[in-house]
Amino acid sequence: MSEKTLYDKLWDDHVVHTEDDGTSLIYIDRQLIHEVTSPQAFESLRLAGRKPWNTQRNLAVADHNVPTTDRKLKIPDPIARLQVETLDKNCAEFGITEFDMNDVRQGIVHVMGPEQGATLPGMTIVCGDSHTSTHGASGALAFGIGTSEVELALATQCLTQKKSKNFLIKVNGSVGAGVTAKDIVLAIIGEIGTAGGTGYAIEFAGTAITNLSIEGRMTVCNMAIEAGARAGLIAVDDTTVDYYRDRPYSPKGEHWFMAEREWQKLHSDEGAVFDKLVELNAADIKPQVTWGTSPEMVVAIDEHVPHPEDEFDAVKQQGMINALRYMGLDGGQAINEIKIDKVFIGSCTNSRIEDLRAAAAVIKGKKKAETVTLALVVPGSGLVKLQAEKEGLDKVFIDAGFEWREPGCSMCLAMNADKLLEGERCASTSNRNFEGRQGYGGRTHLVSPAMAAAAGITGHFVDVREWV
Amino acid sequence: MLESGYKEMEAFKQITAKVMPLDRANVDTDAIIPKQFLKSIRRAGFGPYLFDEWRYEDIGEPEMDCTNRPLKDDFILNNPDYQGAEILLTRENFGCGSSREHAPWALDDYGFRAIIAPSFADIFFNNCFKNGILPIALSADVVDSLFKEIAAGYQLAIDLDKQTIVTPKGEVIQFDVDAARKYRLYNGLDDIALTLLQADKIKAYEAERVKRAPWLFA
Repeated sequence: MSEKTLYDKLWDDHVVHTEDDGTSLIYIDRQLIHEVTSPQAFESLRLAGRKPWNTQRNLAVADHNVPTTDRKLKIPDPIARLQVETLDKNCAEFGITEFDMNDVRQGIVHVMGPEQGATLPGMTIVCGDSHTSTHGASGALAFGIGTSEVELALATQCLTQKKSKNFLIKVNGSVGAGVTAKDIVLAIIGEIGTAGGTGYAIEFAGTAITNLSIEGRMTVCNMAIEAGARAGLIAVDDTTVDYYRDRPYSPKGEHWFMAEREWQKLHSDEGAVFDKLVELNAADIKPQVTWGTSPEMVVAIDEHVPHPEDEFDAVKQQGMINALRYMGLDGGQAINEIKIDKVFIGSCTNSRIEDLRAAAAVIKGKKKAETVTLALVVPGSGLVKLQAEKEGLDKVFIDAGFEWREPGCSMCLAMNADKLLEGERCASTSNRNFEGRQGYGGRTHLVSPAMAAAAGITGHFVDVREWV
Repeated sequence: MLESGYKEMEAFKQITAKVMPLDRANVDTDAIIPKQFLKSIRRAGFGPYLFDEWRYEDIGEPEMDCTNRPLKDDFILNNPDYQGAEILLTRENFGCGSSREHAPWALDDYGFRAIIAPSFADIFFNNCFKNGILPIALSADVVDSLFKEIAAGYQLAIDLDKQTIVTPKGEVIQFDVDAARKYRLYNGLDDIALTLLQADKIKAYEAERVKRAPWLFA
């Protein structure tokens, strides 16, 4: 069979060697490094007297621990500061390029990579972070790894893997106004569940996907991991090629034309066979809001929190009961009556310029609800921040009573000072609503940037389609 | 083990040990080891913070002394019947969420050597093998029957070579494990040393890839 899926092509292109049992040595074109999952890998390399295979294949940035307030001062938390300083030292010692905390290119690793052209179509890309799946939006094979594999990739430029299965998710037709990439991917996770993609590489296709910008496609692939798939992929088209033109690390001159020709081949062949197929109708997708402590616990804005007693599977039912208790909700509550305390607009899922534009469009000329104690806007990178300021978006946010911060992961995982307090409820554009994710006892509802912005204005969830 | 917490991977051959039942599905890596502990640059010492939010009444902070922290009595890790357990029995999609290897480090540091569940998240599953922990996927029905059997002092015997679990009644449950992963775990082998044995192949691949995709090497 000669027809290949996009994943097959990327895989075949990077196999160094395959054992009889199918275990393969896969070449890694790009490793992105951040402060949280790398110190132990560097330490281990040092102890073993090993050197990186090729320093040029790596690019580092601190994002998880950095403060989003004044950067001129040192990080107040001494443990976080040591971790960020350890990254600086390791990169200097091993000769790896790093954008430090005060570099304008600094940002969330998955925002910075594509923005710089450091992650490109056709590459294999790894990072010690599960949301590395983001980079698959441009026809790359990108997935998260643990620290042992960060070390392995540093030392050998390879990983040992068996091939995943192929999963095609087609979103046919077009979404309505006010429905975004975030709503598409949340609807997909609601459909297939958080383990639906385990063991697969998911290719997203269909008109609703190809209609998305690269930034929207990144939002979709970012959350492939929330569906259980290590890698999410979208075929290359003209939108992809245009995105990478003239980025700092993009190919130059003759190389650009060579790359463009190769990239145009990065799509699944007509007739390629997938192990699993799910189709959704885009017109049926409404703005989504999660109600529980797993991204699959999601409904549309005009729906209600489900009743656990309607679930027949005992394990799932108990999961729902636990989730509702943690979230302080009851089955049957209308989603648009849930009141929020905080808003978080940011994260590797939704902190790019288009996300900020979408949120600002909703907010413009309005004021944050008095009951909302904090509404944070955290751009994905220093360059996103600059662009937003050039467009005056910062003023829109600040005038509405939202806070305009420095770039980083911030309250998506609350490793820095930005966090929910116990019992606080947040409309968040991030990717995980796990217990404690945004702070001990904090309650997270995952939504799109426009939905988070609207909730910040009204103080409760509201159907943003009525505002557009 | 060195000061930094760096240690050689422990080989897994066979164990007979107490089993702890954690009756929840979709246990995520934020629950296994909350984010504030990820600020550590060490590889060891995460055991006292394993399942921190479910385990303690107060909010855990890095480097905190846990000996006098108030415990949540209803959490299984605090049940005296299951102290000393080395096998964790749990439900589907265990280890979902982030790629943090701090999750298997915390499980290992606490003393778990094997985890039995109907399914695991991919990255977590892979990370376990790098740290001497054996994750075993059994059918949901078999896992369910183990949950029903379990009681204080309940032990299982796990043999990686034979790929068997033997229950106290003598029932033998066969499990699958990828042959390459089994070989590495059984022998406690270092992935990097093994991969570097293929350095010539990696160099040959690079030489060929430079021709096909020169922009990547410019």
